[in-house]
Amino acid sequence: MNEHMTWRETVLYRGGAVLLALVLTSLVIWVSSPQTPPWEVLGLVFRGAFSTPAQGGVSWSKIADVLVAWIPMLLAAAGLLVTFAAGLWNIGVEGQIVMGAVFTTWVLRALQDSSTPPALILTLAIAAGAVGGSLWALLVGLLRTYGGVNEIFGGLGLNFVATTIVLWLIFGPWKRPGIGSMSGTEPFPPELHLPTWGATRLSPVALAIGLGGMAVAYVLLKGTYFGLRLKAVGNNPRAARLMGMRPARYMLLAFGLGGALVGLAGAVQVTAVYYRLIPAISSGYGWLGLLVCMLVGYDPTWVPLVSLFFAAINIGSIQLPIVLSLDSSLAGVIQGTLVFSFLFTEGLRRTVLRRRLRASAAS
Amino acid sequence: MQVELRNIHKFFGPVHANRGITLTIPAGTIQGLLGENGAGKSTLMKILSGFIRPDHGEIWLDGRRASFRSPADALRQGIGMLHQDPLDFPPMRVLDNFVAGSPGGLLPNKEDARQALLSISQQFGFALDPDAYVDTLTVGERQQLEIVRLLWLGARVLIFDEPTTGISAQQREKLFAALRRLADEGRTIIFVTHKLEEVQALCHRVAVLRSGELVGEAQAPYDLDRLVEMMFGKVITVGRAEPVPHGEPVLELEDLAVEDHRLTIQGVTLTIHAGEVVGLAGMEGSGQRRLLRAAAGLIRPTGGRVRFLGRDMTGRPYLDFHRAGAAYIPADRMTEGLFPDLTIREHVALAREQTGFLLNPEAMQSWAREAIEAFSIRGRPETPARALSGGNQQRLLLALMRPQLRLIFMEHPTRGLDIESALWIWGKLKERCRHGTAIFFMSSDLEELLNYSDRVLVFFGGRVTRPLPADELDVERLGQLIGGYGFDEVALDRPTAPAATEGAHA
Repeated sequence: MNEHMTWRETVLYRGGAVLLALVLTSLVIWVSSPQTPPWEVLGLVFRGAFSTPAQGGVSWSKIADVLVAWIPMLLAAAGLLVTFAAGLWNIGVEGQIVMGAVFTTWVLRALQDSSTPPALILTLAIAAGAVGGSLWALLVGLLRTYGGVNEIFGGLGLNFVATTIVLWLIFGPWKRPGIGSMSGTEPFPPELHLPTWGATRLSPVALAIGLGGMAVAYVLLKGTYFGLRLKAVGNNPRAARLMGMRPARYMLLAFGLGGALVGLAGAVQVTAVYYRLIPAISSGYGWLGLLVCMLVGYDPTWVPLVSLFFAAINIGSIQLPIVLSLDSSLAGVIQGTLVFSFLFTEGLRRTVLRRRLRASAAS
Repeated sequence: MQVELRNIHKFFGPVHANRGITLTIPAGTIQGLLGENGAGKSTLMKILSGFIRPDHGEIWLDGRRASFRSPADALRQGIGMLHQDPLDFPPMRVLDNFVAGSPGGLLPNKEDARQALLSISQQFGFALDPDAYVDTLTVGERQQLEIVRLLWLGARVLIFDEPTTGISAQQREKLFAALRRLADEGRTIIFVTHKLEEVQALCHRVAVLRSGELVGEAQAPYDLDRLVEMMFGKVITVGRAEPVPHGEPVLELEDLAVEDHRLTIQGVTLTIHAGEVVGLAGMEGSGQRRLLRAAAGLIRPTGGRVRFLGRDMTGRPYLDFHRAGAAYIPADRMTEGLFPDLTIREHVALAREQTGFLLNPEAMQSWAREAIEAFSIRGRPETPARALSGGNQQRLLLALMRPQLRLIFMEHPTRGLDIESALWIWGKLKERCRHGTAIFFMSSDLEELLNYSDRVLVFFGGRVTRPLPADELDVERLGQLIGGYGFDEVALDRPTAPAATEGAHA
């Protein structure tokens, strides 16, 4: 059985997927705004990631914005790669970002008035974010291994719980002096912000955390015994058991580690982007990380590039409401149709392969 | 109704489950369908009852071409099937179950249905209470309910898939009487079984399937030896392997008991010594797999003790057996043995003692090369396990076994392999035996059992024979024992009362 694609098949199926995504997106654009040609809209999105329409030319602050969006996506995807390797659908990723942010905020609030040096406070706060995400993910893992609750349902349920906890904190114990509002908790003093690069919003420390998290996931999955066992457990837990491994233990470890990476995304959002806890602290980056993983077929190699592309679409579409009075949610449409098209053509390829196999077996 | 199957083919992926089966069954007969597990009986019957569609071939009913879109469609055309596990709705009442499948619109006429249920039951001497809950019924009674229901819905062909597993002797007699009566009324009965004595007792004629092919047909009275030969294939004796001297006890089973939802095995006492090979024979589903798994700590035995290397390991998990030097090699290589998407290189690295935290790609490559060479695996280090052929998958499994094993549990060591691979694999296994490894395995290949085992235990209908020295058996005798003939003389226990067993599970 030849499951490797020839270059011709690659062009046919992958190219077909991109084409399909473009057609579907164009259809959505055409329906919502019939007077603008779709290619103009798509062109604007791609240009918008590197330049501002008013000035033209390459805008460094735009590129920095893309990287700012890239970091949490990278961390979410890195964490998800770990759980996917163990064969687990970590739908609770959003909740883990939120709980990472909550733990980070908690440490910052607890220490901001003390005499602890800011650098140490920030380090502790970011570490706490990893712990928060990890514990929230472990909860899903424990529910699955000991409670028999499928991780998809457990994760989904805990997402809602996490959101509720954030709202309760913002409007209750952590509310701003006076009255709580949707704008979040009281912003932290500037010495507790991660430093940014020049006039941009990009923090080199956050970028290092994002790239470091991705590197950890990559090395772990591609180059260690632990990663190999994780893959084995994910691929066939029953065989893993017969080989003397403990699948449940590896699944818990995957949740703990993956959750820690995802939690860092929440920590970065608090310390480098919003400087406070807001209700929508995850900004949907968990779901985007999930889409990225699905698009690359859970292979770590392509995650950085594809998530950079997704981040560019996110930033590029910010122009849409201003220039064309189209909603910026078009970014989600492009990303969603891309994943859908890739999964669809991949399914098609498998069906064709199976047919061909059956035909050759029958003859 | 006369049923004709013409050149039926069915594929499941690469598996050719039915290979051009042509069979004519006249109205008013009880047709036996005999064969081992995996011979294609169930597939063929699922095709006939509309559960699955054939990839090729035709079905003719009373001389007219028929095709079914669904089981309901097949039933409308007169064909009903009773499955091995009754497909009813346990939390509902008998009458509701009875009505549930009927094409009666939104508001079924329950009074008519009650009358029909009672009158059909009465004809066959079934005592079904319309208001009882289905989960209080025994397997036999649920079967009766299903028969009555299918008859009420107008079935003229009734298919029974292994109907006597899990029912009492009295219920079996009642069932057989009902089947004879149905045949006398002109209905066609298809009786799927692997029990020779039931074919002998009930069926007017029998068709034998082996590896998806119809290998022969016979009419009552039957020549038993010929049926055994048709079921298991032509017998070629390769010559017994030379005996290996046996050492100290490795595995001791004492009065071991296992059960699942349909059968109970009790009182298995057996000691396996270093270097010894013990085989478990019997039709699939007779309990040998559960016994093997209980002996390895994969499932909990319901009674008795297991000692491994002199230590009491009863109720301990498989991991403890594994650590103490046992390995379990499952039959289903893709679902339990190997990691389908992992490469040979990755498998070999997983099987070895871990050295350090990081993988060493060069070392992995050379380990994989060594394994491929030593075990003649047709594949490259980077080939994923699912891309290997069955024989090469089995070779890979053997290559993954640790060097110093004390005991190997194996399900079907050579199933699906060509003769050359099978001989080679047993060569490797016997080599381990010479170094003191004991082998405890199950197989449905009679020759394999006779050629390589020192002793054989035969399972039939919830009972086990005492360990029989393999050199006192031949293929005919073993085949008959598997089919239940002459079982009492060598049985380990007194016959267990099936009624009592069933009561415990109803």
